[in-house]
Amino acid sequence: MAIRTEPFILNMGPQHPSTHGVFRMKVTLDGEVVVDLEPVIGYLHRGIEKLGETRTYTQIIPLTDRLDYVASMTNNFAYVLAVEKLAGIKIPERAEYIRIIMAETMRISSHLMAVGFFLNDLGAMMTPVLYMWREREKLLDLYEMVCGQRLTYNYMRIGGVSHDLPEEFLPAMKKWVAEMPRFIDEYDQLLSQNEILLARTKGVCILPRDTAVSIAASGPVLRASGVKWDLRKADPYSIYDRFDFEVPVGTVGDNYDRYWVRMQEARQSVRILEQAIAQLPEGEVCAKVPKLLRPPVGEAYGHIEAPKGELGFYLVSDNSIAPYRFHIRPPTLINLTALKDMVIGWKVADLIITFGSIDVCLGEIDR
Amino acid sequence: MTTALNGEQLAEKIIKASPDAVVAVDKGAVVVKSESLYQVAEFLKNTPELDFDYLVNLTVVDYMDYFEVVYHLVSLKHNHSLVLKTRCRDREKPVVPSVVGLWRSADFQEREVYDLMGIVFDGHPNLKRLLLWEGFVGHPLRRDYL
Repeated sequence: MAIRTEPFILNMGPQHPSTHGVFRMKVTLDGEVVVDLEPVIGYLHRGIEKLGETRTYTQIIPLTDRLDYVASMTNNFAYVLAVEKLAGIKIPERAEYIRIIMAETMRISSHLMAVGFFLNDLGAMMTPVLYMWREREKLLDLYEMVCGQRLTYNYMRIGGVSHDLPEEFLPAMKKWVAEMPRFIDEYDQLLSQNEILLARTKGVCILPRDTAVSIAASGPVLRASGVKWDLRKADPYSIYDRFDFEVPVGTVGDNYDRYWVRMQEARQSVRILEQAIAQLPEGEVCAKVPKLLRPPVGEAYGHIEAPKGELGFYLVSDNSIAPYRFHIRPPTLINLTALKDMVIGWKVADLIITFGSIDVCLGEIDR
Repeated sequence: MTTALNGEQLAEKIIKASPDAVVAVDKGAVVVKSESLYQVAEFLKNTPELDFDYLVNLTVVDYMDYFEVVYHLVSLKHNHSLVLKTRCRDREKPVVPSVVGLWRSADFQEREVYDLMGIVFDGHPNLKRLLLWEGFVGHPLRRDYL
């Protein structure tokens, strides 16, 4: 005999340890099974797009730090690329390489956080996170060495970077890059064949390929569903066409694939870093750009493959010192569209880990 | 490398499929009438040699005289891109057809535009504010808001 159950609405968040910020989900449950989900966002909305319209092009750079604060240097990168595209600025070789080094270490750092907290959501309380943070901490020290900051770097400038690498940076960086593969092996050994992880994630909350494309998912979420689409290969920006690396792709698009793709991407980033450090040329680190930049009338859409997906900046210039329109395309807001599709029919516990597997950052979603 | 398709050549194809849809055209973008936007979008998505299956970005620019809705489209198969635009002159009640039926990525982005710019997307399944709270008055990203 079937038991008659009534739908139950569970309000999860905005203050909930598993929401990675201030995020609220209105979940309709049938027993323990999710039948409907509505994400509610906006708790961290600071109106960055509106603020940008009243600031000069250079003054916007620190605002972009506050988007995805786990990988804030990539936000700088995407923004300055968009401005350089708009104003047609060419940047020195050394600056290109420094940017790549920063962007790839940021990717590793962001993926370490993502995987650590994904396991946290699985119930492996704090231990994996601390393993991941061990390496991330060293990276933060390196960033501090470069620009004096550990979270909001404000390091990139229109035309290059704010200043050259300090003397002690490269030896420390080389040491970190040499050690990293061994640490990734260690994570692999601890996690990738772990029975609990496999049981909880294999085949769970699948995002089919077609849905992933239709919702314009990007980054590891898209690639886990089997779509080989990485802007570093598909539309090489900066100098990514000079490096040799693979794009890891998942097979089914379940939670395990999203975890696996991130781990593999970290390995590939180490490969890029090795090449970039070896090729790093001497020279200027910033092009001569006017302090008050007035790009010609027009528009530009600059995008990069940020750790969480495609981060785009759409700028419209009216030849004044501030952009006429400053729009941010946040990858995780759009990846979040898929959450409902993924979790319907699964249990609450799976919802928590699926949310972790998207790897959201509320600073970027709410802007 | 993603090839940005030439707007002028593409406009010819669009005119063949739906005459008098195109308003303006330049090298990088095609501007279409808002009434025929859905038809054009359907054409762009379902024509095999164009195959724009990936709506990357959707946003609006407020030019005071009119709103310009901007769609950044990409084809994952052919690796080419296009900027599609449509204009809306009514400031009191601007209406543009929703493309959620074609690209689901428009869902949150159209809600965001509705929230911050006040453009109504006709046919959106759940058009309500995204970032600001219900009961907020006005649309802060408009140029005349502050």
